[in-house]
Amino acid sequence: MTIAIHVENLTRRFGDLVAVDHISFEIGQGEIFGLLGPNGAGKTTTLSMLATMLKPSEGNATVNGIDVEKDEDGVRRLIGIVFQYQSLDEELTAWENMDFHGRLYRLPTDVRNQRIGELLALVELADRKDDIVKTFSGGMRRRLEIARGLLHHPAVQFLDEPTLGLDPQTRNHLWQYIATLSKEKGITIILTTHYMEEADRLCNRVAIIDHGKIIALDTPSNLKDGIGGDVVTIKSTDTAAIVETLKEPWINRVDTHEGEVVISLRNAEQHLSTIVTLLVARQIPISSISIHKPTLEDVFLSFTGKSIREQEAGTADILRQQMKMMRRH
Amino acid sequence: MDIIYTIWLRSMKRFIRSKSRIIGSIAMPLFFLLFLGFGLNSVVSLPGLGGNYIVFLIPGMVAMSVLFTSVFSGIQIIWDKQFGFLKETLVAPVSRLEIMLGQTAGGATTAVVQGLMILILSILIGLSIQSIPGFLIAIGFMVLIGIGFTAFGIAIASSMEDMNGFQLIMNFVIFPIFGLSGALFPISSLPGWKESGTGSPESRRSIRLSALRSSGVSRLR
Repeated sequence: MTIAIHVENLTRRFGDLVAVDHISFEIGQGEIFGLLGPNGAGKTTTLSMLATMLKPSEGNATVNGIDVEKDEDGVRRLIGIVFQYQSLDEELTAWENMDFHGRLYRLPTDVRNQRIGELLALVELADRKDDIVKTFSGGMRRRLEIARGLLHHPAVQFLDEPTLGLDPQTRNHLWQYIATLSKEKGITIILTTHYMEEADRLCNRVAIIDHGKIIALDTPSNLKDGIGGDVVTIKSTDTAAIVETLKEPWINRVDTHEGEVVISLRNAEQHLSTIVTLLVARQIPISSISIHKPTLEDVFLSFTGKSIREQEAGTADILRQQMKMMRRH
Repeated sequence: MDIIYTIWLRSMKRFIRSKSRIIGSIAMPLFFLLFLGFGLNSVVSLPGLGGNYIVFLIPGMVAMSVLFTSVFSGIQIIWDKQFGFLKETLVAPVSRLEIMLGQTAGGATTAVVQGLMILILSILIGLSIQSIPGFLIAIGFMVLIGIGFTAFGIAIASSMEDMNGFQLIMNFVIFPIFGLSGALFPISSLPGWKESGTGSPESRRSIRLSALRSSGVSRLR
């Protein structure tokens, strides 16, 4: 496997805040790689450093062998990026925004026009191509932005929260298009997301990132296997007693979390009746029980002890501070 | 060159679409011209320039229109920063110089176009064109003012985040330039110590304006 991106001890500080903390990873050519984590975890900062928008405080990174600090223009020629926040010209039409981009990347006129037509059709904006972006809804702008990012078929494509705020149907279309793009053109794709489903469906490998550190990195299925089988969630007023009671050898892991007990075990269906019998025997109240196959959400929970949503509430302030500082750079 | 053209093209599209901006930026010099011109015409008699103050004022107002539009076109950079569009150009494989030149070309073109509009409107209030070469030289100087001050505005704007701040700072810079340029009165009527301030931006600009005046526009009457 040829290495497309190599990151070693990459660190970025904003004042006292360490947004990205000595992370290292490698991404192979043609891979779809996901950075998964709550807002403010350092995903966008990592992406910005790889895309030469932000200087690393420490460590180094290369894109197709080119150092992001030493040869910014060389890297820029190879990459495409879809930003998390809007970067369209609102006074121009959809077509003109695309055309501007195509010209900046020096696409010949015929290729440019053909691709713009194709991509606008893909994101279902073909009938609005001559309307000024100011009149577009949030979802339409997002779709246009993604279409624009894909216009020049870069060797490495960065997507920062590509489907944030999109309806499920468009999201599905885009996932398909991204997957096809990577397969047919061999484009390496790095995306950040806090949608578990997106990471799960689209990515070959996922790095779970929290507080600027990578806490797990593997294929989605390995990550889910790693937490030890199925997940049984019991809601109860006496979680401590449940933890006390369930000491069976076939239980891999027991965590309590917000009035719920989360149990990992193999073949949950077979063991469920035993669990219930044990709890009833000790007269522990049960409000509800559910079984589900593990998701990346469970993986995140098992590594951090928090769900992504809770984590986001806590990092909102840090995020705001970070945004302020990013704008200054 | 393609890149400079691309960025210039974007400025032109935005310019043509913002009718209110065009009207607004023509209005101020035009009002100056009408109110000061007609109001002071009978009161002011300029030494050595004959009686007609309006005709003295026209080149000054044309230059003012070019000057203000070009300096404030730097604000586009700050808009682009705030609305995220600048990122789009900054991550593209284009040099910073090309971006800057494209923006300058765009700003200067809008400024000169607006100056020409004032010039054309002045024909309605008494300007008559006497020599074609003089007229062309005048346009040449308008282009120079446009390019020089757009570049200056962009230079200041690229190190700023705040639009209001930019406007305040630019007013601070531009009103002395305008006031001392000789647009409203001949420089020779200033006290001697001001007039001899060679090398300052004011005097450099007044030289340009005198050039504009002597090269054509005032002779166009």
